[in-house]
Amino acid sequence: MTHDATLRTRAETQAARLPALLARADHLAGTVLMGEHGRRRAGQGDDFWQYRPVQPGDSRRHIDWRRSARSDAEFVRQHEWQIAQSVMIWVDQAASMRFTSSDAQPQKADRARLLALAAAILLNRGGERVGLTGHGLPPRRGAAQVARLASALMTEDAAEYGTPDLSGLKAQGHALFVSDFLGEIGGISAALTSAADRGVRGCLLQVLDPAEESFPYRGRTIFESIGGTMAHETLKANELRDRYLDRLATRKTELAALCATTGWRFHCHHTDSSAQSALLWVHGAMSGATGRETGR
Amino acid sequence: MTLGPIAFTAPWLLLALAALPILWILLRAVPPAPVRRRFPGVALLLGLRDDDSVTDRTPWWLLLLRMLAVAGVIVGLAGPVLNPRAEAEATRTGPLLIITDASWASARDWPATRALLDTMLAEAGRNGRPTALLRLTAPDDVVFQAAETWRSRLSGLSPHPWTPTPEMTDRLIDALPDTNFETRWFSDGLGRAERQTLLTELAERGPVTIHEGARPLVTLAPPVIENAALSLTATRLAAGAEQTVTVTAHGTDPSGTPRALATLPLTFAQGETEATGALSLPSEMRARLTRFEIAGQGHAGAVALTDDRLSRREVALIAGRADREGLELLSPLHYLERALEPTSDLLSGTLSEILPANPGVIVLADVGTLSAQENADLLAWTEAGGTLLRFAGPRLAASDVSRDAEAPLMPVRLRSGGRTVGGAMSWGEPKKLAPFPENSPFQGLDIPDDVRVSSQVMAQPDPILAERVIAGLTDGTPLVTRKRVGAGQVVLFHVTANAEWSTLPLSGLFVQMLERLSITSGTGEALPPDLADASWQPITVLTASGRPESGDTLPGVTGARLLTAPLGPDLRPGLYEGPDRRVARNIHDPDHALAPVRWPQGTSVEGLSRGAEAPLGGWLLAAALGLLMADIIASLALSGRLAPTRATRTGAAIALLALTLPLMAPAPAAAQDQPIPEELALAHVLTGDAQLDEIAQAGLQGLSQTLFFRTSVEPDDPVGVNLETDELAFYPLLYWPVTPEQPIPSDEAYARLNTYLRTGGMILFDTRDADIAGFGASSRNGAWLQRLAAPLDIPPLEPVPDDHVLTRTFYLLQDFPGRHMGRPVWVEAAPPDAERIEGMPFRNLNDGVTPVVIGGNDWAAAWAVNGVGNPMLPVGRGFAGERQRELAYRFGVNLVMHVLTGNYKSDQVHVPALLDRLGQ
Repeated sequence: MTHDATLRTRAETQAARLPALLARADHLAGTVLMGEHGRRRAGQGDDFWQYRPVQPGDSRRHIDWRRSARSDAEFVRQHEWQIAQSVMIWVDQAASMRFTSSDAQPQKADRARLLALAAAILLNRGGERVGLTGHGLPPRRGAAQVARLASALMTEDAAEYGTPDLSGLKAQGHALFVSDFLGEIGGISAALTSAADRGVRGCLLQVLDPAEESFPYRGRTIFESIGGTMAHETLKANELRDRYLDRLATRKTELAALCATTGWRFHCHHTDSSAQSALLWVHGAMSGATGRETGR
Repeated sequence: MTLGPIAFTAPWLLLALAALPILWILLRAVPPAPVRRRFPGVALLLGLRDDDSVTDRTPWWLLLLRMLAVAGVIVGLAGPVLNPRAEAEATRTGPLLIITDASWASARDWPATRALLDTMLAEAGRNGRPTALLRLTAPDDVVFQAAETWRSRLSGLSPHPWTPTPEMTDRLIDALPDTNFETRWFSDGLGRAERQTLLTELAERGPVTIHEGARPLVTLAPPVIENAALSLTATRLAAGAEQTVTVTAHGTDPSGTPRALATLPLTFAQGETEATGALSLPSEMRARLTRFEIAGQGHAGAVALTDDRLSRREVALIAGRADREGLELLSPLHYLERALEPTSDLLSGTLSEILPANPGVIVLADVGTLSAQENADLLAWTEAGGTLLRFAGPRLAASDVSRDAEAPLMPVRLRSGGRTVGGAMSWGEPKKLAPFPENSPFQGLDIPDDVRVSSQVMAQPDPILAERVIAGLTDGTPLVTRKRVGAGQVVLFHVTANAEWSTLPLSGLFVQMLERLSITSGTGEALPPDLADASWQPITVLTASGRPESGDTLPGVTGARLLTAPLGPDLRPGLYEGPDRRVARNIHDPDHALAPVRWPQGTSVEGLSRGAEAPLGGWLLAAALGLLMADIIASLALSGRLAPTRATRTGAAIALLALTLPLMAPAPAAAQDQPIPEELALAHVLTGDAQLDEIAQAGLQGLSQTLFFRTSVEPDDPVGVNLETDELAFYPLLYWPVTPEQPIPSDEAYARLNTYLRTGGMILFDTRDADIAGFGASSRNGAWLQRLAAPLDIPPLEPVPDDHVLTRTFYLLQDFPGRHMGRPVWVEAAPPDAERIEGMPFRNLNDGVTPVVIGGNDWAAAWAVNGVGNPMLPVGRGFAGERQRELAYRFGVNLVMHVLTGNYKSDQVHVPALLDRLGQ
C-alpha cells in the first residue's frame, strides 16, 4: 500500500501544474470566517469594492479623503467582503476500489486518493479550508491539514461498496465525492439528496477501471467481488457483456440525473487515462469555470 | 498393409481413426472449468441470466491438440514400421544361389557387400533355404548347403585382385545345376562380354537380382616419364560431374621406412573419364618410389606399382687411361657418356671409391689389370647382381688378363694381341656385324649397314664360347660376349668404346644394345627376348583392396606370360623380379579400357544398402503422451490456474536464472603474457622512451632496495607495465614519468586506469622538469601531463599541506626532493571542513589515500641504482647532494608507506581519546 508520504508527493506534483484553485464563491450564509473569496458585497476584506457616499452612522475614520476631495460629497471606501469556503471531501475506501485489471494502471482507490488529495492541495492553495467527511477531520487550512488529509486518506474500509458519508458536512458548504459508485444506488441518492437538502453543492467523481468499462471477459467465469462476499457465475461471460454495459450506462445516467436534480456535477474518470485531466475537471467544477450557475 | 515406406502390423486398428470426429463433438460438449475472477462490477451483474445453458466451446486448438494425441495413440498402436522387409521376399523358399564377382573392383564395396551377404544368409537360414555362394573369380562347384554354413565362412570370403575371365565364367556355367533356384548376383559394375551369357543361363533357372554398389570406380595408370616429370593418368568408369581425386606417391624414406612421399590432386573435368597430372620429383626420391595410389578408393585398380622404369640406374664409368687433353672424341668414355647421360646417373672416380656407392652398372673401358683387392671387391659386387661392362682396347689387348685361364671378370679367354683388319697393313675388308644369334638379348635389333669393325680382341676358341657370344661379326668372331656371374653378369665388347676400333659407338645400335643390356633405363620397352623365358619371381603382390603383400610364397612366372597373360590366380598384379631388373604388372591395362556394365532391360538391379526396419509405434505413443502433457498445461492455462502469481513468477525467474547462470559464468581469464607478481612489486608505466623506461626501472629498483633494507616492505623486482595490455590491479603504486614522446593511451587503457584509481591505486606523475618549470602547462612535459591526465578521474588537488599524512608515514619530511628540488608536490585536496583538533599538531584530513601525486622532481633519477647498487645519476653536489638523494629515498619510502597503510598515521588524532578511554 502506498505510503502517505509518497501519496503526498505525487499529489503535490499533480497539483503543481494547475493555478491556485479558488472555489466558486457562493453565497454561503452563516459562514463568516474570512477568506479570499469576494462575496460581491461590501464587507471585511482586503480588495477594494466601491466608494459610497457617507451615510449617517459612518465613522469619520472611514471617509476616504482623497476620493472625497475630488468632489463635493464625502465618500467611504468599502472593501469586498471575503470569506473562506469549506470543502468536504469523501473518498470511497471500500473494497471495490482496490481493483485494477492490469499492472499498467493503478488501483481505483489509489487514483481516487491521488485526485482527492491533489484537489485538496489546490483548494488549500486557493485559501479554502478542506476537510474529510467521516474521519472527524474538520475543514482547516494550511500545509498541516494537507498532511493530515494524506494520512487520513490511507485508511481502508472493509465494506464491499462504499456509501457517501455525510458526517461533518456543513450546511451550505461544498463537497467532493470520489468513488466508483457501483454500490446500491439507493444509498448514493439518499446521501446526495440529503446533502442537497442541507444546501451543500459539489461534484461526484466516478473512478472506473477500463476493464469495468469494456468487460473483456470470455468463457465460463465466476465473478467475485473484491471482498469475496458476492459471486456471480456465468457460462458465457462474453454474452453478458452487452447487458452489463447497459447496466453500467444506466448507472451513469442515474448518477448524472441525480446530480442534475441536486445541482451537483458528475464526471466519470478511468484509471488508464491521465489523472491530470480529471484534476482539471475537478478544478473547473470547483471553481465554476466550466459553467457558472446563476448565482443565488 | 504398407503406406509408402511405412507398413502397419495391425492395420485394422486404423479404423478407429474414423471415430475421431465423434470424439471431436464429445469433447466440445464438455465445458471447461470456470475461471474465477475478481471483479468489482459484479454488483451490476447480479441477476443477469445466461441466455442458453450451453457453455462456451473449448477452443479449437485445444480440441486439435487432443485429437492429435488420440490419433497418435491409434496410429502408434497400429504398429507402423518404417522400411519394412517385403514379406514376399522374406518368405521366399527354394534354393538360393549367391554369386559375387569378387574381383578387385568389388573390393571398394566389400564391407557393404559382406554386410548384405550376412543379412541375406541369415534370412535364408531362417527360411531354411539351401544356399550356394560362389565367387566368379574363383569358380567352384555349386553346392547347396545350409546358409549358416556359408555364413560361418563369410568372414574369410574376400575378393581377388583379378577380374573373372571368360574361362572362369564358362566353368561356372558348366557347374550350374539344372534345377530351379533364385539367384542373387553381386556385380562389381565392370562390363564384360560374358556377363550376358551367364545372366541368360541364370534367368532360365529362376529369378535373378543384381546387387551393385554405387561408388564410382577410379583406376590409376602406371606413371609415364614425360619431360623429366612423372605423368599420372586416372580413369573413371563413368563420365559425370567434376571430381577430384588425390594420388599419393608411396615410397621409402632414406632410412627405409615406408611413407607417403608426395601427393597430386587430379581433377576430372565434367563429362571426361580421364584426368592427367604431372608430378615432378627429384630423381633420388623417384628411385625410392614403390607405388602410386588414389586415396580412398580401396581397390587394387587404384594402385600403380612402380618398377625399374622409373628409377635411373647409376652407372660408373672407369677408363683405363687418363684423358688425353683436348682430344675429347678420342676419350674412351665419350660415346658412353653421350649414350647414358639422358637416362642414367653417371658416377666417376676410382674403383675403390665407386664400389661402396653400389652402382647398378660399372663400365671398365680398356682397363687391363686390376689389383687383387679390386678384383675381389668387383667380383663380390658382380655376384651380388651388378652388371660389369667391359670394353677392349690397346691396354686390354696388351695385358695378360684372361690369357691362359679365364679370368673371373672376363667372359672369355683372349688371344694375345688381337687383330686388325682392313687397315693399310692388313688384308681384308673391315668386318660387318652378323645377325644376332637366337639367345641374344640383341635379337630383333636392326643392324645398320655402316657399322664396321676394323680391330678387335680375339677370343680363344672354347667349347663354351658359342653360348657366351651374343653378337658376332660376319666372319664368326665374337663382338660381344657375356657371362653370368652369380646374380650379375660380365659383358665384354671386343672393341673400344670410342670410334678407334669400330664405328659401332657412332651408330644408334650402340645405344639400343646398351638398353637391351639394361644398362640404360626408363625406355619402357618390352622385355628383351632372352628374359621372356626366364622365371620372374613376385616380390610384392597386391591384394584386391590394393594392399601390397609379400609374394614370397607364390610361384614364379615366365617373362612372356608376365607381360601378356591376363591376371589370374597364377599371375597376380605385383612387382616381379627377373635376372637383372624388376617389372611391375599393374591392373590397369591400356589395351583393355574398362566400361560400365549394361544390364539388359528388365533386370532387377538393387543397391548394396537396405534401410533398417524401424518400428515407429513407440515414437508415436511418446508423441501422443507429450501432446497430452501439453493439453494439461493448456487446460490449466485456459481455466486461469496457470495465471502467473507472484510466487510462480519469482520461481520462473529463479529457474530462468539457474538456466542462464552457467552461460553467464565468467569466461576464464585470458592468459596473461605478463607474469603476475607473487609479491608486492612497484611498477612504472612504459613510455616508449627506452632511456626513460630504463631509468624508471632502475629508480624503482633502488627504491625497492631501500624499502627492503629499511622497512618491513619487501617488494619484488619492479615491473614495467604497458597500459594497453597489462593488468594494473597487482600494483599499489604506478610511477609514470611524463614525456611528450609517449602516445596518448587508448580509451580502454584509460577505462582501466580509472578503475585502478577508484579501487585504491596510486599514480605518481613525474614531469621531471622541476629544474626549469613550475607546476602547470608552462613546460612541454606539463602540457603533455595535462593531456595525458585529462581523461583520468582525478579529484581536486592542492600542494601537499604541511600536515599531510605523506609527511609522516615513515619519516618526518617537509619537502620531497628528487633529482631536482623545490617544486611543490600536489596531492588530493583536503576536504574543506577539515579542522585541526585542539591540541593536535595536524588536521584530520581526508580519509583515503590520494589517488595521484604529481610533481616534477625526477625522483626515479634520484633513486636509480645500477646493477651493483651504486647510484646511476649524480644528484646535487657533494654531501648536500647525497643528503638530497637520501631525502628522495625517504620520500619514496613515505609514499609507499602511504599507499600501503593509508591514513594510519592520521589516526593518531584519536590517540588521546583512546588513552582517555583506557584510563577509565
